[in-house]
Amino acid sequence: MKEFILLFRNASSNAPQLTPEQMKEISKPWQDWMGSLAAQNKIVNIGARLANEGATVKPEDVVTDGPYAEIKEILLGFTIIKADTLEEAIELSKGCPVLAMGGNVEVRPIVQMNS
Amino acid sequence: MQTGKQLIPHLFRTEYSKITAVLARLFGFEHIEIAEDIASDTFLLAAETWGIKGIPENPVAWLYTVAKNRAKDHLKHNAIFSDKVVIHIQKTNTELHELEIDLSPQNIVDSQLQMMFAICNPAINTEAQIGLSLRILCGFGIEEIADAFLSNKETINKRLFRAKEKLRKEKVKIEFPKPSEINYRVQAVLTTLYLLFNEGYYSLSQNSTLRKDLCFEAMRLNFLLVENKSTNIPSANALLSLMCFHASRFEARTNTNGEIVLYEDQDTSLWDNELITQGEFYLNKAAEGNEISKYHFEAAIAYWHTKKNNNPDKWENILQLYNKLLLIEYSPIAALNRTYALARANGKPIAIKEAEKLKLDNNHLYYSLLGYLYTDVDNEKALAHLKTALSLAKSKTDKEMIMKSIDKIR
Repeated sequence: MKEFILLFRNASSNAPQLTPEQMKEISKPWQDWMGSLAAQNKIVNIGARLANEGATVKPEDVVTDGPYAEIKEILLGFTIIKADTLEEAIELSKGCPVLAMGGNVEVRPIVQMNS
Repeated sequence: MQTGKQLIPHLFRTEYSKITAVLARLFGFEHIEIAEDIASDTFLLAAETWGIKGIPENPVAWLYTVAKNRAKDHLKHNAIFSDKVVIHIQKTNTELHELEIDLSPQNIVDSQLQMMFAICNPAINTEAQIGLSLRILCGFGIEEIADAFLSNKETINKRLFRAKEKLRKEKVKIEFPKPSEINYRVQAVLTTLYLLFNEGYYSLSQNSTLRKDLCFEAMRLNFLLVENKSTNIPSANALLSLMCFHASRFEARTNTNGEIVLYEDQDTSLWDNELITQGEFYLNKAAEGNEISKYHFEAAIAYWHTKKNNNPDKWENILQLYNKLLLIEYSPIAALNRTYALARANGKPIAIKEAEKLKLDNNHLYYSLLGYLYTDVDNEKALAHLKTALSLAKSKTDKEMIMKSIDKIR
């Protein structure tokens, strides 16, 4: 079994504050998808969801506001899974709800420290 | 009027473990067999004496007096043991001048709690922990333990002997863990209680009274934990809540022939409302504080199962709880149950897709689930899966259940 990080990206948006009802609607597909991966015993680290705000630190003491000064899409979150091959990891990523939102999943093998 | 023959087995269950715990705590774990022998001798004498003279006015007090005298006699006549134990006692209690054997309710509870920490020790495997718990903390006879494990007396005796040897070698102490270690140590105790309860709840033993006793003993020991200030942590409450909810269905889950009745087919009027209310009480207690354990999710799932209506909302809640439980800790059974909840909440076709991803190929429950999901969707496939399940199932009960599902389709 190898480990892969899944990076969820989507176009940055200045979406208005969501109502709890809307939040629930958005989170259900995520919970079901994560639950499905967990039921297949594929989750290594549940990962995290990232907030929209933040900063980017650059050389020579340059700090830009937010992560999205020059890029159109931002990182929404990540999860670490296990799979035998990159192909399997890609297959597992195909149900990710970010795709239905117009976003994408970057699948990257994790380099083991001892290899 | 109770006769000695009826009363003694009952008292043995309740008092043997108390006397053993108090004496073993006094002597130290390395001398636990002496504590057990004194407790056994006490009951032997009770059987003889009460048979001739009749039952004393206060049988428990009688037993305690005899146990105390036997313990003192033993110390008097065994100089080597006595030297060792007196040193041990002096270490633990500097004010002690004469040996005092304290069988007060508080000391009994403390001793039993400390004994739980001594036995529920990862140095011995969980089967040994459960066996020792049943013997030392619950006063079960070797024969009863053998019955619960579908084993024989000789094997159980050996297993308990080896477990005690190992604990002695590890120099296990009968004491409360340090405050900084309480949380971690309680988790080990909870694991054992959880397995002890499951041993009763899902046991293949035909002896249904014994199985209930196992469950109630797990609940009683869990209750000791939540009644004690330092061990009354959220996960202990969550586990007790889970046990209450499960136990509420005791009467409904077997029929008069002792066969298992599936959740869907149970007569809900047989569910025990008092236990459900208790379960809710401990679930609320479990919600105090920040700790969230797998027992929290399992208790919440069990809570939804106590709801009699079957609207999709109930199953959607159960599904989400299984999603969260699986993210904390994967287990094949949780994966199967999640898929069942998915079918109830969102329909069989979606659940079939998910089920086929699980690939639990050697598990008869997996094929039973596939059989259930395909029933009325594609009965031919359903039958094929159920036949595979039948070929993998080992116990008579499991085979009968699968046969019933097959008959329903045909």
